[in-house]
Amino acid sequence: MPSNVSDPAADSRPPLLDTASQGLKIVIVGGFGVGKTTMVGSVSEIRPVRTEETMTEASAGIDDASRVQDKVTTTAAFDFGRITLDERQVLYLFGAPGQQRFWFLWDQLFVGSLGAVVLVDTRRLADSWYSIDRLEYHGTPFVVAVNRFDDGPDLDQVRDALDLSAGVPLVDCDARQRQSCTSVLITLIKHLQDLYAQPPVPEGMS
Amino acid sequence: MTQRDVDSEAPDRLFLITGGRHQAQDNEIDPVALVVSECEPSANMQSEHAQILRICRHPTAAVELSADLNLPVSVTRLLLRDLLDRGAITVRHPPVGTANAGQAPHPAPETLKQVLDALQRL
Repeated sequence: MPSNVSDPAADSRPPLLDTASQGLKIVIVGGFGVGKTTMVGSVSEIRPVRTEETMTEASAGIDDASRVQDKVTTTAAFDFGRITLDERQVLYLFGAPGQQRFWFLWDQLFVGSLGAVVLVDTRRLADSWYSIDRLEYHGTPFVVAVNRFDDGPDLDQVRDALDLSAGVPLVDCDARQRQSCTSVLITLIKHLQDLYAQPPVPEGMS
Repeated sequence: MTQRDVDSEAPDRLFLITGGRHQAQDNEIDPVALVVSECEPSANMQSEHAQILRICRHPTAAVELSADLNLPVSVTRLLLRDLLDRGAITVRHPPVGTANAGQAPHPAPETLKQVLDALQRL
């Protein structure tokens, strides 16, 4: 466990404003050790907090016939932080491991997210393939941020290796730097604005 | 059947807290839904319920409660469902996105604008 994750029991987080009425969420996914918690911690107003989700496979849609004997409980930990945006809105950032076996948990937990940041380490690009597939499958908008540990392939090479479509923003970042992480989040929000602006959504029609 | 699954797979503590119920069947209470107490805890209350009511004197996201209670998010949601059914809490749900037919819901343009402005001020 990264040392900058606080012990929930011993934690004294400041409460939200009493006027807070809208929780929003952005998910940061990536492989083990890529810097998800570091990124959450860099922009969060609280130290990253760890909690967990647990679910049986049956909840993930295994068919009825095989349900009883095959049910297995999966538990996965994730970290979160928050940013109070204004007197009403608070943005939660979730750092979640992107391994295949956890995704059925995230599908349920993170539904309704504004979008996602896929954090990648150029030394282990393959760790991100499954997350990218899954986000594309669900139609969850995302940006890809390369957490630079050292000199590696340039962004064009990373784009090729990840087989990213031209429309997906790809940026460098330093997960330890607040400004850099904020800039990744801004890139994501601008991407969402672009995405939803075209084609224009007809007003009042459904 | 449900009990057997919980018995064989999950820690006893979770079984006791949820009364052996299975994972939340509905996912109405979002992890970032903000929960507010509408009453004080009473003496005969399950301790987790009482704890939630104490914490939620200020709005608190379900996921923060999960961390505070040291319980999985799904179990926390069940407890919140109990309290909601009794009128002991109110829940401020996240904004529901808008969507056209066949499209995933997406956030309102004003919401995105507000988030962007706030991030740029950080």
